Amino acid sequence: MSDIKKTKHSHEPLFHLVKRDDMKWWQAWLVRIAAIVIALLLVGVISMLLTKENFFSIYETMYRGTFGKLESGSTVMLWKFLQKTAILLGLSLAVTPAFKMKFWNCGAEGQALVGGLASMICMIELGDKLPYPVLLLVILVTSVLAGALWGVIPAIFKAQYNTNETLFTLMMNYVATQIIKYYLYVEGGGSNKINPVAYGNLPTIGDNKYALNVIIVLVITVLVYIYLNYSKHGYEISVVGESQNTARYIGINVKKVVIRTMVVSGALCGIVGMLLVSGTNHSIDSNTVGGQGFTAIMVSWLGQFNPFIMVIMSALVIFLNLGSAKVADTCGLNSSFADITVGIVILFVVGCEFFIRYSIKFRHSKKEVKA
Amino acid sequence: MISYIVRAILIGVPMLYGATGEIITEKSGHLNLGIPGIMYVGAISGVTGSFLYENACGNDIANMNAFLAVFIPLICCIIGSMLMGLIYSFFTVTLRANQNVTGLAITTFGIGLGNFFGASLIKLVDSDMPSVALTKTSLFFCTKLPFADDLGWFGELFLSFDFLTYLSIIIAIIASIVLTKTRVGLNLRAVGESPATADAAGINVTRYKYIATCIGSGIAGLGGIQYVMAYANGSWSNDAFGDRGWMAIALVIFALWKPHMAILGAFLFGALFNANTYAVGLGVETQELFKMLPYVVTIIVLVFTSMRKKREHQPPAHLGLPYFREER
Amino acid sequence: MAKQVAIELKNITKTFGKVVANKDVSLTAYRGEILSILGENGSGKTTLMNMISGIYFPDEGQILVDGKEAVIASPKDAFTYKIGMIHQHFKLVDVFTAAENIVLGIEDGKYNLKKSTEKIREICDKFGFDLDPEKKIYTMSVSEKQTVEIVKVLYRGADILILDEPTAVLTPQEIQKLFDVLRRMREAGKAIIIITHKLNEVMALSDRVAVLRKGEYIGSVNTCETSEQELTEMMVGKKISLNIERTEPKDPVDRLIVKDLECVDRTGVKLLSKVSFTLRGGEILGVAGIAGSGQRELLESIAGLQKVSSGEITYINPKTDNVENLRDKTPKQIRDLGVRLSFVPEDRLGMGLVANMDITDNMMLRSYRKGKSFFLERKAPKTLAEKIVHDLEVVTPSVSTPVRQLSGGNIQKVLVGREIAASPKVLMVAYPVRGLDINSSYTIYNLLNQQKAKGVAVIFVGEDLDVLTELCDRIMVIGSGRITGIVDGRTATKEELGILMTKTVDESEGSSNE
Repeated sequence: MSDIKKTKHSHEPLFHLVKRDDMKWWQAWLVRIAAIVIALLLVGVISMLLTKENFFSIYETMYRGTFGKLESGSTVMLWKFLQKTAILLGLSLAVTPAFKMKFWNCGAEGQALVGGLASMICMIELGDKLPYPVLLLVILVTSVLAGALWGVIPAIFKAQYNTNETLFTLMMNYVATQIIKYYLYVEGGGSNKINPVAYGNLPTIGDNKYALNVIIVLVITVLVYIYLNYSKHGYEISVVGESQNTARYIGINVKKVVIRTMVVSGALCGIVGMLLVSGTNHSIDSNTVGGQGFTAIMVSWLGQFNPFIMVIMSALVIFLNLGSAKVADTCGLNSSFADITVGIVILFVVGCEFFIRYSIKFRHSKKEVKA
Repeated sequence: MISYIVRAILIGVPMLYGATGEIITEKSGHLNLGIPGIMYVGAISGVTGSFLYENACGNDIANMNAFLAVFIPLICCIIGSMLMGLIYSFFTVTLRANQNVTGLAITTFGIGLGNFFGASLIKLVDSDMPSVALTKTSLFFCTKLPFADDLGWFGELFLSFDFLTYLSIIIAIIASIVLTKTRVGLNLRAVGESPATADAAGINVTRYKYIATCIGSGIAGLGGIQYVMAYANGSWSNDAFGDRGWMAIALVIFALWKPHMAILGAFLFGALFNANTYAVGLGVETQELFKMLPYVVTIIVLVFTSMRKKREHQPPAHLGLPYFREER
Repeated sequence: MAKQVAIELKNITKTFGKVVANKDVSLTAYRGEILSILGENGSGKTTLMNMISGIYFPDEGQILVDGKEAVIASPKDAFTYKIGMIHQHFKLVDVFTAAENIVLGIEDGKYNLKKSTEKIREICDKFGFDLDPEKKIYTMSVSEKQTVEIVKVLYRGADILILDEPTAVLTPQEIQKLFDVLRRMREAGKAIIIITHKLNEVMALSDRVAVLRKGEYIGSVNTCETSEQELTEMMVGKKISLNIERTEPKDPVDRLIVKDLECVDRTGVKLLSKVSFTLRGGEILGVAGIAGSGQRELLESIAGLQKVSSGEITYINPKTDNVENLRDKTPKQIRDLGVRLSFVPEDRLGMGLVANMDITDNMMLRSYRKGKSFFLERKAPKTLAEKIVHDLEVVTPSVSTPVRQLSGGNIQKVLVGREIAASPKVLMVAYPVRGLDINSSYTIYNLLNQQKAKGVAVIFVGEDLDVLTELCDRIMVIGSGRITGIVDGRTATKEELGILMTKTVDESEGSSNE
């Protein structure tokens, strides 16, 4: 008998995974916050090793890189931070309805680019022909339509033929990039770039050119929250995302919801494109969105479909971005250091979901089996 | 014309490496969107290895051993990219994190790493140009086959390439054979199609996923080093690799998840990518539209295969989904 | 000759969370013998067998193969002990050929598909299988797929074969063929374990029967020394009259007329064939049949979820006496016609409810479209949720608890409550008491009777013949997508139903169902 017992223990799996019953929401957030804190500490340690700086001064540098010297009364840095956060947040909000429907919209980059391109074309072609308010309206409408068009094309094929939307939307990004590059040559001639256009710029609040963008995105945040949680459309999105079978059962036209939601998603991206072109840069190039479309996917995922948590998450990502860049700058490192830190933090947060959904059970020594 | 084709092939090779690696990974059911980042890491690891070796030899080509000059960058490249693959697999296989999000994070991280170390190297050499030139190592990589110069167009078209170009084709063909004709390939495809079935058949699903992802990443990384050593003649500059990684992912669809199809696809993509330099009579702006073609063609292929619904041409059935045995 | 023990289970216990699937189970299987594991749905048969085949690992207890303790931590371990399991849901790779599926996971020297194909053909000849090894799985019929599964385990040299409900998806002819094969394997000295809840098959095929009830081992008997009566008693415990109340239908009027309904699946196989019947208000029409005989397709056709290839479905509106055609309409179109049709599907969490939503939001599934507003109205659903929780005694922390956290019985109460709250004229319920405890089951029966009293036409698809014969006014039996008979629920016996369930209707004979 003792023999048997020995072999038994040597062969048994050491531990196995069990799906957790539901963790309380606050426990889950404790895990996530812990992951963020650990990741931030890791970032600090890495920075310390690379720069030989004092551990705490690194965080101070990051803080200064993001917010500047607030005590000096200058809010320039702060507004830059808010602007960047707003753009990232806007894109994250845009992809969220699609994600909630389990439609992987990896095309925010492209949808925002064509939205921006639409603004640009309006600004250049109609800038001196239309009165200012009409022009702004035209810019808004065309940007929204362009973004929606870019979003709805993959959706139609997804609805009709179940075409893989992740890959489709990814490819659409590069089609958009090339169209922009084409346009840059057409419009910019040999210089391959467009000088800032004076027409059709969004109004500024006082002399603050970022405030309006930030306000618009905050309004969108609230609207998306309401749309997802309190509208019939939002309800249909949840049902389709949770179970297509149930959707069929209660007579939701799944194809229609997929297409409609991607119109919304693309349109929101289009608005962000407009904010970038008409509201900020007054010009466009293929890097205007700057890969934020991809970061937005991660932010939306980290935000668990909740727009308000996305506010925090996008602020965190931008803080890391600007802060790390500052650390890199003061210590003579390359600015790509920011990408590394953002990557680390996102990996940690994505990875920590595992501990929320599963628990590891170790196999304890067994009771003696009755013979 | 000949030089145009040669150029197209050279451009296509990194994509072919990336696509072969990605196909192997996707066959295990993992859509690795980290491939663009992994190719950057592969390139910078190789560049760093070669940089250190060139320095160790006092930057004198006479001191450099041909074998080591090639072997050190290659092995660094493979180790670097496989490590990235290992991180990706740990998150997606063991922690069952969302594959798209993890992949994108790996790409952000990888491109960051590439440019970060690239910039550090650039700073070390302290040159006027924002790049690291490893022309000596590049020479070893680009050693042509004998008679290449004596055989006219035939020599140029078939014998003039660096060995990594030939290797990419060999690897793609081997990958094709392994996938379709061997037990390992059968098991791997089963893991990607239906992990529960594979598990029930006694296949170690986790191990296959890990190994496929890591090998795939290693192969993709070679694409990075080929680009630096052969295409760019040994010079690294930040962001120069561009979107080739995404192109590789497009190529996977274009090739319908078949590595041997990816060979032709890579050269076609290379030709389209390169159309701007050789398309006579076209303006620069039209050339930019030409560069759109690979993506448009990929979209058409994607749509067409989903419309046809031919089962053999679909993505692996379990692509992108985590596997948990005790799911009830 | 003394029988040789193939596998022995000792005191096996397995729990999932709070649910005890198997409790202290011990049983033995011998070589050259067919052992049936008999038990109702949810009695833990499959879980037990999954532990032998390495899918689950027991929490407690031992497994002995050939008298030696075996540790079966993975399916691979099971193969080394020559144990092979044919699952109810086939584990096959669709895009592979039969041969590729069969050799999958085997490490026997050089990979040579041609040689393996030869070996597969030999096995097929030896046991009498009809199989083309080069055929792709996705082009195969269910029976062919099952054959692939069986050949797969034989190819691996399995000596102990476990089949989980192998006949559930087969036609009677295919069942006979399967039994012949199993008998031939018995002659070859293999130990065969079949999991089933069908008594006639147990009696026809097996040498010995082991009975499980609610996860516990009840006992084993030799088939030749027992009767269906005794086995039933072992399976369900001591015979209790269910005492389900049944009232006389009050002035039944025709409500739903189904005529010559036919459905085909993607490969052209008929799922429903010439189904005709009339459903009356104020009665409960039971539907009996072996699982997967077309019950789901029938209900889903009526609900507008299944594509119909021919036939008619008409609804007679009690208020206006208008006759509405329901065929080829979506669920929404049906509702817009003013047809009050409620449907409790078999798959509660996958279809009837959304697992991750709370009770209130699940109430809205039916009603959220009400009103012209762009926004949702949550007040009325919340009141309804609270009413259902109160009236049906749903055990839940609150109405904002996600339904996935409720127990099976409470989930079903929420679903049935919602469907009834829509005050239907036709109510279709599929397996409404599956997995429910006695009290919850009676709550459901009472609800159905109340609806009947209100003049609602009720279709009740069930599996427990005792319930069907005590609850229903008429019982319609469905076999292989055809109606094999409609009998009076008050006079029908279980035997009669059992015969109808397995009866085969000839294609030429047509639909002589009245």
